[in-house]
Amino acid sequence: MGIQIDLNKCIGCGECVPACPFGLLEIVDDKVQLKEGCTFCGSCEDTCAYEAILIESIPETGLVSDSHRGVWVFVEQRGGRLKSVAYELLVKGRELANSLQTELSAVCFGHSIDEVNLIAHGADKVYLVDSPEFDNNPEDVYTRLLADLIRQYKPEIVLAGATSLGRSFIPRVAAVLGTGLTADCTGLEIDIEKRLLLQTRPTFGGNIMATIICQAGRPQMSTVRPRVFKRGVPDKIRQGQTIKLDFNKECVTSRTKLLSFIEDITETVKLDAADIIVSGGRGLGKPENFELIKELAGVLGAALGSSRPPVDEGWIPYCHQVGQTGKTVCPKLYIACGISGSVQHLAGMQTSDIIVAINDDPNAPIFQVATYGIVGDLFKVVPMLVEKFKKE
Amino acid sequence: MNIVICLKQVPGTADVKIDPQTNNLIRQGIKNTINPFDTYALEEGVRIRERHGGKVIVISMGPPQAETMLREAISLGADEAILLSDSAFAGADTWATAYTLATAIKKLGQYYVVICGRQTLDGDTGQVGPELAEMLAVPSITYVSKIEEISDVQIRARRMIDEGHEVIQAPLPAVITVTKEINVPRLPSLRGIAKSKSAVIPVWNLQELGGDPDKVGLSGSFTRVIKVFYPQRNRQARIFQGDLENQVGCLVDELKSAGLV
Repeated sequence: MGIQIDLNKCIGCGECVPACPFGLLEIVDDKVQLKEGCTFCGSCEDTCAYEAILIESIPETGLVSDSHRGVWVFVEQRGGRLKSVAYELLVKGRELANSLQTELSAVCFGHSIDEVNLIAHGADKVYLVDSPEFDNNPEDVYTRLLADLIRQYKPEIVLAGATSLGRSFIPRVAAVLGTGLTADCTGLEIDIEKRLLLQTRPTFGGNIMATIICQAGRPQMSTVRPRVFKRGVPDKIRQGQTIKLDFNKECVTSRTKLLSFIEDITETVKLDAADIIVSGGRGLGKPENFELIKELAGVLGAALGSSRPPVDEGWIPYCHQVGQTGKTVCPKLYIACGISGSVQHLAGMQTSDIIVAINDDPNAPIFQVATYGIVGDLFKVVPMLVEKFKKE
Repeated sequence: MNIVICLKQVPGTADVKIDPQTNNLIRQGIKNTINPFDTYALEEGVRIRERHGGKVIVISMGPPQAETMLREAISLGADEAILLSDSAFAGADTWATAYTLATAIKKLGQYYVVICGRQTLDGDTGQVGPELAEMLAVPSITYVSKIEEISDVQIRARRMIDEGHEVIQAPLPAVITVTKEINVPRLPSLRGIAKSKSAVIPVWNLQELGGDPDKVGLSGSFTRVIKVFYPQRNRQARIFQGDLENQVGCLVDELKSAGLV
């Protein structure tokens, strides 16, 4: 696998240069040159009319998957409560398992988990390891447990939520098993013929989408962005099997120790679980003006978000920050007030179902991702909205 | 004892704009820089050394031009830098990257903490840190926002998770990944700049690294990028017209008919 550029064929026309999503091609002395960092994506190949660019195709291996069957969803809980992303993954996992004509299993580490509920949401099997020690999600223990179960039962696909837990311990499982992992996926499909999982994820702060496959390792593992897939309606009469597994405390000890946990209480509505988010940006001008945004959020029962500048200025705590260096959100409705829409902010919210932008600058980039826009003074618009919604 | 900081050179996307016509990144004039999250890792390493002694060693896997970034790291307080560079390392996914870094760290000898940024600005995966911990067979603490206490044998750190903060204690050596809340990185010192200019930065290729050729670069990568494309940004924003009162009314009607409010 690799890229070959035949300089004898290259006439230096430059057609390929803009095709590279990574900007790695340039014309030097009438010939194309490739900088380091090529991912062999093939975008340039088709643009060359002189067949000077050749991407060596991926060798067909096709051997690895034969011993692995089944789709697994790691079901995350905290304090016995299942995370919403687990239900979302069961819907997607069901779809993938159907395409592959295989089983969907939910694997859950927790205490007093309602496993019947997981079957109702689409699982054929539930692997359940029950221990009161799992209330606080010990990552060290989870890494060993999940890796051991995967070795034993050999699923071909393992999905987990791209939560702080998932993104911390799933990479360790992949490292132990020696297999590929794709982070923070927003699209999952199956290449039925090759039994490959096509994993699509945003990269470069959401400006480029990449579709990734795990060619050589099994299982194929993904962490999946919460709220990208919709959760389903439980089917109470669905049948399934629960396999309760023992947790042998002596065999797996955690090297790390949780000394304390301080829950964020500044947020009344959690950003990652909110149907509606109202966010404020630099346009608010001063910290007191966040009250206006809070009022609108309050009327709508929405979570309160922020772009980075107000957080940097200390107007609002970091836990409210939406964007590449904050939280990635995907609500049904996102209302951006006084946010210009930097690339970094857009990366955190552009997959929202409906985006409303309120900004006095008609050229603000936020309008490029918005569904609805009001060009106007937010200090007039937001109070009007509050009034209208109060009347409803 | 060594404090190892893993750095990555990334396109400095802070000023990146989207071309409104093509929706592409405008890449002209963008310089490569230290991954912003890694600057917090470096600063934290330097602070640990200032309190406890030891040596801050920065390592990076990348093309030869990543050397300029490593010099910058020295100007910011690192004692030594090593560049892992070989055409065999190209095309590495997170697993192969973590393997390469882990092999280098083992070769460096004793260390008590490895610090990485929580994620990179370009790849955004945040996977290399935890994968590295596993390959070094040491504990991992991600999303660290404060090191409350560190000794030769133990660390107590505060970390940010989705639900709030945790305080975690772990034996050392360990790998931690840090968030931007952990510190405010310093500017380069005059002494640091002078040192960075004269510093000798060894370049380890595959042979010097001594790793398994089948586990680095493209051949060591389990994953392959098969397609890249620009996200659809074809939402045609409906900009309401008329006076504000009317615009707000239209918006509320739209949201109501969509069943959102």
